[in-house]
Order: sequence, then C-alpha cells, then structure tokens
Amino acid sequence: MNVLLDHLPEFRDGFIGTVLLTAASALLAMVLGVVMAGFRVSPVPPLRAFGTAWVTLFRNTPLTLLFLVAWFVVPAVFGTGMSPWTKALLALGFYTSAFVCEAVRSGVSTVPLGQAEAARSLGMTFIQTLRLIVLPQATRTVVPPLSSIFIALTKNSAIAGAFSVTELFGVQKLLSDKGFAIAPIFLWVALAYLVITFTISGLFRLLERRLEVAR
Amino acid sequence: MSSSVLYDAPGPKALVRNRIYSVVGSLLILALIGYAVLQLANRGHFAPEMWNIFNNAGVRANIRDGILSTLQVFVVAAVLSLVLGVGLAVARLSDHRAVSAVATGFIELFRAVPLLITIYAMWVLFLTYKENLGFIGESSAYWALVIGLTVYNACVQAEVLRAGVNAVPKGQVEAAYALGLRKSQVMTMLLIPQAVRSMLPTIISQLVVTLKDTSLGYIITYAELLYAARTMANNIIVNDDNPYVPVVIVVGAIYVAMCLALSSVATWIEKRGRRAKTGITPAAAGEPLEAPGVLETAAGPVGPQAPGGAEGTEGPADKQN
Repeated sequence: MNVLLDHLPEFRDGFIGTVLLTAASALLAMVLGVVMAGFRVSPVPPLRAFGTAWVTLFRNTPLTLLFLVAWFVVPAVFGTGMSPWTKALLALGFYTSAFVCEAVRSGVSTVPLGQAEAARSLGMTFIQTLRLIVLPQATRTVVPPLSSIFIALTKNSAIAGAFSVTELFGVQKLLSDKGFAIAPIFLWVALAYLVITFTISGLFRLLERRLEVAR
Repeated sequence: MSSSVLYDAPGPKALVRNRIYSVVGSLLILALIGYAVLQLANRGHFAPEMWNIFNNAGVRANIRDGILSTLQVFVVAAVLSLVLGVGLAVARLSDHRAVSAVATGFIELFRAVPLLITIYAMWVLFLTYKENLGFIGESSAYWALVIGLTVYNACVQAEVLRAGVNAVPKGQVEAAYALGLRKSQVMTMLLIPQAVRSMLPTIISQLVVTLKDTSLGYIITYAELLYAARTMANNIIVNDDNPYVPVVIVVGAIYVAMCLALSSVATWIEKRGRRAKTGITPAAAGEPLEAPGVLETAAGPVGPQAPGGAEGTEGPADKQN
C-alpha cells in the first residue's frame, strides 16, 4: 500500500503513458491493418504480394527485435530526430497491424458471397464494394478478435518501458531499482494492467452488443 | 476464396488498369525500399567492412551461442508450459469448486499481466534471494525467463486445451460414463487426446509466440540471441561506428526463419487434418485469442460430471455453451 501511496505521481504518469501509447499505436495499427487487408484482397498482384509479405514478416518477428530496429535502423534511414515515444509507437503499430490485417481479412471472408456479387452486379468498383458493402458487414465479425489484439497490444506496450518510454513497466523498473520490495510493486502494476485490459474488453463487449444483428 | 469474389474476371479495360496499378504499386514499393537502402548505404551501413565482421570466427561463435541459448530457453519453457498447461486445464475443468477457482484465478491473473512484468518481477525476486535459492540463484536471469515464459504460456495453453475439451461432443462423455469409465479415465483417455488433436495447430502457434517471447531475455540481460548480438555490436567498431544495422538485419533474418519454420509445421498439420475425413478437424493455425473472457463463451465445466448428479447429462438437448 505504502509504495503506491508514496509514489502516486509515478504510477499515475505510468498509467497515463501506457494508455496513451496503447491508444496511439492501436490507431496506427488499425489504419495500417485495414489498408494491408485491402491490399491482400485486391486484384493487383504486386499489392497482394506486398500485403502477404508484410503480414508474414511482422507476425514472425519478435517485438523486442522490432524495437531494436526502431532504435538503430530507423534513425539510420530517416534521421535521428525521433523521440523514443515515436519510435515505440512505430514498432508497436507496425507489429500489431499484421494481426489487425489478418483479423480484417478473415472478417471479409465471412461476409456472404451474395453481398459482393450483388454489389458487383450493381456496377460497383472493387473499392466501392469493399468500402460500402463488405467492410461494414465485416466489422461485426472483426470486433471480438480486435478486442484480444488490443489487449495483447496493451501488454506488449510494456516493452516500451524497457526502452525509456514512461509507462507502467518503467515505473516497476524505477521503483525496484530504488530498492522497494518487488511483490507489492508487481501487484499494483498488475492491477493497473488489469484495469486497462478489462476496460478494453468491456468496451468491445458493449460495441459487440450494439453491432449485434440477427442474421 | 473471397478475393476472387470481390472483383470480376477483368475485361480488357480493367486488365490495362490493373496493369497500370501493378506497375505504379510496384514502383512505389520499390522506391520506398530503394530509399531505405540508399540512406543506409549513404551512412556507410553497407560498406563491405561492416558486413565482413560475419566472416570473423568470434562473431560467428557469438551468434551460434546466442541461437543455442535462445533455443535452450525455448525448449525448456515449451515443455514445461505444455505440462503445466495440461495440469491447469484439468484443474480448471475440475468438479471441485476450490480447485477450479484456484486454477481460474491463476490463469486469469497471469494471462492479463504482461509477460515482461512477470519476468522482471521474477528476476528481481531471484536476485534478491540469490543465496537461498541454490541452482536457481546461480543463473537467475535464465530461470526468471524460463519460469516467466512457462507460467504465461501455460495459462494460454490451458485455455486453448479447455476450448478443445469443450469442443468434444457431449455424447462421447456420456457414452464413456455409460460404459463405466471413471472421471480420470474420461479425461485422460477421451477428452485430452481429442482436445490436443483438434487444437494442435493453435498449440503450435502459441509455441511460436513462446519462441518470439524468448527475446524478452534481452531486457533482463540474459544472453539469448538478441542480447548476445547487441553486446557484440557494442564491442565491435568498424569505420568509427558500431555495426548495429548489419547485426540487427542478420539477427532479424534468423528469428524470422526460426519462427516461419515452426509456424509452417502448424499450417502443415492443419492442412493434413483437414484432408482427413474422420474425427475432429484441427482448428485454424491462428494465434489463440488472448482476451480474458473471449474464450468464455465455452465456459462451465463440461468435462466429467458426477453421474446422476443434478446438473448435466440430460441428453443431447442439453444447452451448455
């Protein structure tokens, strides 16, 4: 109890840091993931290949390695002006986008074939079919896997703390370096993560209920 | 395939348009890659001397040792997590409330906490009580990594197995009880084998996650592949610069190759199982859902029920799940 009360500002900053980093990289991952899913089902072969390569690469790379890439290779390419926070955002967003892409793609394949066929016979183009007909209906099946992807993202964001970004793991590291007993710190940090993950799964359950339509 | 349904077979105009898109798309992608390569080359990361370090026997030995210790952690953690996972799954499906509640609490706690937090807490704990822990204290980073990976992945594997057990048709369990099998017999002879068979692709996908997560050893300074490579790059200076870029690229390729090899096993088993017409078809080789409560649609102990008990065994119309 004491550790929490004495270091409330640190815990608060860490908590806010984790929430912000998770939210920002979730947004990046959503945008990239949906675009990549569009690439993967598109009629243009090079784009399909690019999407497949993207997913294969990022799903089979450890996140820690991506952080090292962001710290050593990205500055070598784009110059050394980036803050650790931006680099962590890039690593987390790119990593998660591969999983989002797969979720969206499998959601697209659950939309009944007749829908896309009807759209095409009405003369819609590929982009129109995807944007107006298929993706809106795919959201319903994509929501549950997205919830677990974002929970995994929340947990993965802990790695950023080891790379000097202010968030909850950083707090744990800082306080245990200061010599406080690890067990209470662990429990409080775990509790903070539980709060975030349960909020996410609650929000998504709400969303699921709102989107629920009898088929 | 969905992709072929989303668009018509292209006519002459569309063919031309698609070809234009192809060219423009490939050019854009190539330009991006080309820009990255050019920038790296400009800063001397592709100088021959930089890459020559991989011809050095010491560098090779370092990388080999890194791979070996990564694989060692992976194998030990994989085996332990599977064993513990089966135990936790059985405990969670148990009829005894207390056993099931303890297993549920354990699984939900360690699944919800980031693995890194667990590993770090273990590491600090082991370092603090170094003298009293014997062989664990001697290599605390190794054991922190192994135990952290084991606990977390066992919880996920337990949930995967539980989903597999719940997918076994109820009639089989009832038939087994009617034949006079005991609870433990039903579990070991009927439920677990079928659950493992149907969930094998998912189990192996989770093993890929285990393999990827061994890289967390980097943060607790355990000398697995990533940490070994990083410290090595720190100590080498070529052209007044540390060869981080070549080392990261090479190590990345090694990781991707290892994970791809393991995930192709999962895909292969999935395809093989789909070909078989009989029995339970294996699940898709995707990663298991990690959200607390996502797998809960199949909640409730479906497994062995007390014959003649108040609940269950009402016949095929039973609406569990």
